[in-house]
Amino acid sequence: MSDRKGRASARDEGRRPGDGRAFLGMPAFPEAAREAVGDATLRATLRHATHTIRDKRARAVAELDDWAALREAGRRIKDETLRHLDTHLLRLEESVTAAGGTVHWAADAAEANRIVTGLVRATGETEVVKVKSMATQEIGLNEHLEAEGIAAYETDLAELIVQLGEDRPSHILVPAIHRNRGEIRDIFREKMGSWGRPAPEGLSDAPAELAEAARLHLREKFLRAKVGISGANFMVAETGTLVVVESEGNGRMCLTLPETLISVVGVEKVVPTWRDLEVFLQTLPRSSTAERMNPYTSMWTGTADGDGPGTFHLVLLDNGRTDALADEVGRQALRCIRCSACLNVCPVYERAGGHAYGSVYPGPIGAILTPQLRGTASEVDASLPYASSLCGACYEVCPVAIDIPEVLVHLRERVAEEGGKGHRLERAAIKASTWVLDHPGVLAAGERLASATRKALPRRLPGPGARQWTDHRDLPELPAEPFRDWWKKNRT
Amino acid sequence: MTDSRARILARIRAAVADAPEAEPVARDYRTSHTPDDPDALLDLLHENLADYRAHVHRTTPDGLAGLLARLLAERGARSVVVPPGLPGEWLSAAEVELRSDEPRATPYELDGTDAVVTGCAVAIAETGTIVLDGGPGQGRRALTLVPDLHLCVVRAPEQVVASVPLALPRLDPARPLTWISGPSATSDIELDRVEGVHGPRTLEVVLVTGG
Repeated sequence: MSDRKGRASARDEGRRPGDGRAFLGMPAFPEAAREAVGDATLRATLRHATHTIRDKRARAVAELDDWAALREAGRRIKDETLRHLDTHLLRLEESVTAAGGTVHWAADAAEANRIVTGLVRATGETEVVKVKSMATQEIGLNEHLEAEGIAAYETDLAELIVQLGEDRPSHILVPAIHRNRGEIRDIFREKMGSWGRPAPEGLSDAPAELAEAARLHLREKFLRAKVGISGANFMVAETGTLVVVESEGNGRMCLTLPETLISVVGVEKVVPTWRDLEVFLQTLPRSSTAERMNPYTSMWTGTADGDGPGTFHLVLLDNGRTDALADEVGRQALRCIRCSACLNVCPVYERAGGHAYGSVYPGPIGAILTPQLRGTASEVDASLPYASSLCGACYEVCPVAIDIPEVLVHLRERVAEEGGKGHRLERAAIKASTWVLDHPGVLAAGERLASATRKALPRRLPGPGARQWTDHRDLPELPAEPFRDWWKKNRT
Repeated sequence: MTDSRARILARIRAAVADAPEAEPVARDYRTSHTPDDPDALLDLLHENLADYRAHVHRTTPDGLAGLLARLLAERGARSVVVPPGLPGEWLSAAEVELRSDEPRATPYELDGTDAVVTGCAVAIAETGTIVLDGGPGQGRRALTLVPDLHLCVVRAPEQVVASVPLALPRLDPARPLTWISGPSATSDIELDRVEGVHGPRTLEVVLVTGG
């Protein structure tokens, strides 16, 4: 079992947790993945979590016999939206403004951070409560606010775990998926007291007790909050309605109790009509948390008399999205509704974990989104299109039918064409694909053998190559049947 | 700000200038997955609400006040916030302190209140969802958020629909909407679902038939 400090030391090295920019100093995927794969606790935690949700998702999806039609409708709604994005955004701006909101446009992260800081300053407040939001993570908003003297409190349980642990997110839906219950208890015990109400005496690692500790810790912050900051899952152009889908009620707290609400949302989150929600409100919950419906969905249109914030600002964010839109193959990544089903089903993500992707968007969708939003100039970004075995499981589960393998191959071509300094291409491409192609290959052979003999609980795999491979790795808990065989039988 | 608006719009137009027209949206998915039978719909709503740990009860208009009084007593609720427009007879049998929201209670006052009783705008059987739109008897959003116990009354069959596609046309997007599917929950610890985080940890749903 390896030391976890390797991943938690971002702050020590001058990088800040949760900061989009913090990832820029990351090693390329193969190096980062090698370290992660050597961490037995991390592998067991990820394996447990992704397998739990995988099976549940399959059952939730199977309840709807028109899933294929919903998926196709979702794809087409998003494609139509993207094709006429300017029209829909202008319509959205008009609707939100008519309903009492104010719309701002931010070309990049720096501008978005500047706008939000100015809006918070204008309220005279020095603290804000936040709903979990990928867009604000992407732009490093918390760190920017902190530098400006404004405390931003994350209120989603997993975000709280990441923030208290001075850690980086590793999953789109569950940023602390790399932490097991024991680690979460330790973080709460050690850190809650310095941020506010300390963890209860004798806190155990029972999930219900951990959730209760978060409830108590955050309640005082919700009740006094004057400014809330959110993202949005959807924005409806024709009505000006924003939609936030959540589970815990922290979203409702941030969207309802403060006097001022600021929502930072990527331009691709717009949908044309109210009716379009009938598709995504069926496919998103089942794909992400494997529920028929998530516990809470909030919808608001501008401001409402006597209910919720009296001031509402919407910050529309580009930050590289129009670059992705210009790529005829790559633009399909902008259909993404951030469900994270592709992460949960990915054999590479399961083993390497989210941090190896060097971005707030990890997993298969991150491997195609990050290089498009940030470009492929850095080594980590150039290596991402190779962080896949192209098995296609991600495409299969995607509720908006993003052909992730197609985009990966396309981006590999782009990286190759760009060439670059010295052995950049060789470093990025050969090393990354060697890691990915080698390990599943070794794993496939090893897994079958191990499954067949798992009663003997081997600690090492026999045979040349495989033996060296297990010399410095623990064997994971073994299933009755390897994933690839199960997949072949059940999914092809 | 204005410059960025123009710049982003220009970049979008340039990006898609040569893109082919998108395929028309086909809505050949189902409007509902459930047979159009009010009794079956109510059973499905009941089952799906209970599946996500809401406590579900059935009664008639005559039995409603007695049932609400009993549920509040069983949960040990001593104070209840009453949203404007809630039918007076609903809480006529409850031996609790009734707190009005006019003038608006502060978040701290709501935090010091045990329960809230509301109606709803619509309920969705296939997903086990109740939607509140702030109409009469529902109140502003904070009322059903801060107190730890929420009792919600659904009138069947008129407020029950089968599916999400059938619910949306009955809702007014101009109103603040809250969709509730069971009590507050999280999947953030090892992707396993645990009930009870920030919203009301107990959700009692009363299905009233025969009105």
